[in-house]
Amino acid sequence: MDAFLQRTLLRQPSALPGFGLSFGIMVTLLSLVVLIPIAALLLFGASVGPAELWRVVNTERVWLALWLSFRISLYAALVNLVMGVILAWVLTRYRFPGRRILDAAVDLPFALPTAVAGIALTTLYAPRGAFGEFFAAWDIKVAYTEWGIFLALLFVGLPFVVRTVQPVIEEIEQEVEEASATLGASRARTLRKVILPMILPAALTGFALALARAVGEYGSVIFIAGNLPLRTEIAPLLIVIRLEEFNYAAAAAIAIAMLTISFAMLLVINGIQIWSRRRIGLV
Amino acid sequence: MSDVSLSAPARPFRAATTEAPWIKWALIALSVAFLALMVFAPLLAVFIEALQDGLWVALETLGERDARSAIWLTLTVAAIAVPLNAAFGLAAAWCIAKYDFRGKAFLITLIDLPFSVSPVVAGLCIVLTFGANSAIGGWLVDNGYPIVFALPGIVLATMFVTFPFVARELIPVMIEQGRADEEAALTLGATGWRTFRTVTLPNVKWALLYGVLLCNARAMGEFGAVAVVSGKIRGQTATMPLQIEMFYQEYLSVAAFTMAGLLAFLALVTLLLKTLLELRFADQIAATHRQH
Repeated sequence: MDAFLQRTLLRQPSALPGFGLSFGIMVTLLSLVVLIPIAALLLFGASVGPAELWRVVNTERVWLALWLSFRISLYAALVNLVMGVILAWVLTRYRFPGRRILDAAVDLPFALPTAVAGIALTTLYAPRGAFGEFFAAWDIKVAYTEWGIFLALLFVGLPFVVRTVQPVIEEIEQEVEEASATLGASRARTLRKVILPMILPAALTGFALALARAVGEYGSVIFIAGNLPLRTEIAPLLIVIRLEEFNYAAAAAIAIAMLTISFAMLLVINGIQIWSRRRIGLV
Repeated sequence: MSDVSLSAPARPFRAATTEAPWIKWALIALSVAFLALMVFAPLLAVFIEALQDGLWVALETLGERDARSAIWLTLTVAAIAVPLNAAFGLAAAWCIAKYDFRGKAFLITLIDLPFSVSPVVAGLCIVLTFGANSAIGGWLVDNGYPIVFALPGIVLATMFVTFPFVARELIPVMIEQGRADEEAALTLGATGWRTFRTVTLPNVKWALLYGVLLCNARAMGEFGAVAVVSGKIRGQTATMPLQIEMFYQEYLSVAAFTMAGLLAFLALVTLLLKTLLELRFADQIAATHRQH
């Protein structure tokens, strides 16, 4: 088996043993845990048939849930894009007391379970919560509205842009900034014309990751969203509702719609990324 | 005329590669305010809500039967899922970093796939594969091995969402280290297994620990995927995050926030260990490696 795999797959024979074993473990676990389940969803979708899938998806409730999920995810990812670049810049370029704590805090949304974040944000922003009261005085409702969903998605997507942009800023050689300044560019112009193009591809990667995470997010959102059908019901929640009714066809249809839209979005973002890399000659 | 420029007030020196001080401090203030509102405030809220009736009342809620079984289940799931994912990560990194084979790029994409799939969809996939209605699941249930609404399903769902963590951490580190060390060990007569144990593993141990740490944090906190496959049977298939939801919906605020506080404490310990690893072993961890 090992010899067969080595003959058919390896481009270069290797003296190291264990190709067959490691390849086997990798492919077996990957298939069992990830590939077969995803294939099962697609097969199930195929067995239901495209016409029936479309009939299930093409209802006002599903469209509104998908629209809500992708729209608020986009807003949250955009704010995270801007704040992420600022945070990455502040954390790598400036020295100030407490910097390390801030740097570590950026990762909290990765480490904190989403259900914990969900109930904490809801408690803070509910009409009688610490921050909710403040907004209530201005007649703004945060929890149980789209604003609440936005906050939860802002939270879960926070680290992505920071963590993709930080290493790029660290690698920028100050000589290019000096050269730009010597040639008479103002600091603002240097930032816009020299630094920003270098950061952009990484920032877009982070943006895409934050967006993908936000679109699929469930745990933190359901506590703060209010979950009113047609109003504050996100697409993943609708999948759970259909599953609890044992309506597998409808659940699978919404899931496939989500996967399709996400995939299309990632393609577009990848395209922008390649374009922005080419523009600064990174290929 | 010519002395105009000489008599101009001297401006404080500022390097051309920094921003004006007021911009710098405004950006720092903005960052601090953003993180205070988005990260520190929710964290603080968890502990304040948990301790509203005192520490003793809070701790007592953890001793109740449902809470105890949720904690036990979460520990069990992590104890199965995390080592399996670590084994996968090691195998995948060894295979991808040490050999040049066809389809490598495609495999890396497949390993990253779980990051772009919603946890709820992941759970749905597992229900459709192993649920009682499916071919495999039906057969397994008939033979007394239910997957969905039982421990194996929860483990599978947890493994799905945490799948890439260890592999992604190890692959870049192992690629960088190349295979010269291993080839030397083999030349000196070591067996393949011994080479792996005494050469490869020590070389990647901190990266492995880093990956395991992140994988574990996510495994213990996973909600969406587990919610779909667990059936939320109280005292049986409710993990800690699911039990938090149940307590919260029953208005058992102290119980919900105490369990949340326990998970938040775990998250803080994870972050602390992660920061220490980054400071101490920066050159041996993928996340911080590019700095050098």
